[in-house]
Amino acid sequence: MKTRILGFVGLAAVIGAAVFGLVVVPADLNQGDAQRIMYPHVASAWLGELSFGVTALAGIGYLWRRDLRLDAIAHAAAEVGVLFTAFAIWGGMMWGRPVWGVYWQWEDPRLATTALLLALGIGYLLLRRLSDDPARRATRAAVVGIIAALDIPIIHFSVIWWRGLHQTPTFGDPSKLLNPSAPGLFVIALMGMLAAFTIVWCYLMIRRYQLARIEWQIEEHGRLGRISAARRAAALNAVVQETSE
Amino acid sequence: MSVLRRGAATALAIARKDALSELRGRQASGSTLFFAALVLLLFGFALGPDSRRLTEAAPGLLWLAIVFGGLLTVARLHQLEVEDGAMEQLALYPVDRRAIYAGKALAGAVAMLALGAVLLPVVAILYAIPIGSAWLPLITTVALGAVGFAAVGTAYAGLTVRMRAREVMLPLLMLPIVAPLLLAAVKATTVALNGDPFGELGAWLQLLAAFDIVMLVAGAGTYGFLLED
Repeated sequence: MKTRILGFVGLAAVIGAAVFGLVVVPADLNQGDAQRIMYPHVASAWLGELSFGVTALAGIGYLWRRDLRLDAIAHAAAEVGVLFTAFAIWGGMMWGRPVWGVYWQWEDPRLATTALLLALGIGYLLLRRLSDDPARRATRAAVVGIIAALDIPIIHFSVIWWRGLHQTPTFGDPSKLLNPSAPGLFVIALMGMLAAFTIVWCYLMIRRYQLARIEWQIEEHGRLGRISAARRAAALNAVVQETSE
Repeated sequence: MSVLRRGAATALAIARKDALSELRGRQASGSTLFFAALVLLLFGFALGPDSRRLTEAAPGLLWLAIVFGGLLTVARLHQLEVEDGAMEQLALYPVDRRAIYAGKALAGAVAMLALGAVLLPVVAILYAIPIGSAWLPLITTVALGAVGFAAVGTAYAGLTVRMRAREVMLPLLMLPIVAPLLLAAVKATTVALNGDPFGELGAWLQLLAAFDIVMLVAGAGTYGFLLED
């Protein structure tokens, strides 16, 4: 019940932040209305990165404590992280088309970094689907989550350098994107959207975690069912053999 | 100190075992080299007969061939263990798991280095690149790249070797991880071939070295958990 209330609060907050960003805040002088995409885009990108951090920390915790609840948290964070990261990339492309003229801008280090982040997250989720045993799956997932999280800063640096060691970044810097006629309102719109998305993020995390626990019960049930079926078959076999003798 | 020495001895013994079985078996390593060289030939077809374009793209193509060949190399190093049921034996040895990781990673790095040493002259011939004048930075780049790829590959091959669909899972998990390695190695190779006019080479080699160190530490720290599962 409490979770449901949180969900409704999140929904209301997103609607409120969207109305604020679309109606109250004026359009950007240079980018026009396209700049409004930045509010959900930046918020989801930040939360996506946060999610993968949570996955890695929960993975370390799992290897240390061997508690499957930590693995469920890691799983939930990875799935929510993939969702938010994909949304951030989609928003970035929608923004890039009118502002840069192309959907995909190789010059922008954040875009390339985020794309790799999404690939790492999807790989993590696929890995989980291919392991049946809960403990084994948790161990493998934890290792992949940790190595991926260590790789992210290296990816980020390498992509920034790749554009040219001598150039300074022009795109992708939030302080430059929010360089407007009414700075206060822009910052409030971004922060409001970030707060709303964070509530939704918390709601999705809780729901996904609950779902993971239900999934265990089903898995456990299936395993017990298979064991008892095998036992029944063995007992029946013994009876048949006895009577035939 | 003696702990370190014992670990190093274990690692060397494991690497030596892998190298020996590779040299005596031979079929697999030969096919991997041939496969990587074939990839380089096919890149030539894909990019057309314009030799100037091939020369420009050569560093990237070289490293893609090394990555593709490397995926097969690191997968095979663990495949051999599992096929003979040796993985369990390896896990039961009363030695430090980090030493086992170091041994497998060393064997992988040597195999990758051999791959690079063969592919460099192939690239030089096929794409008309003068590698003679820049041999020292090129070898350094290949060596750092080989260590980094083996560091990630050993951990990920150990992770996927007993999985369903491992043939697709290993590249799927590894390729995004080695993206910065690919990027830095291609840049370092390009810069080295151009004679490093802006003095960037050091920065890219440092990035490669940083990647190597981070991944070696991460691999050594997690490999033990993978052996147990």
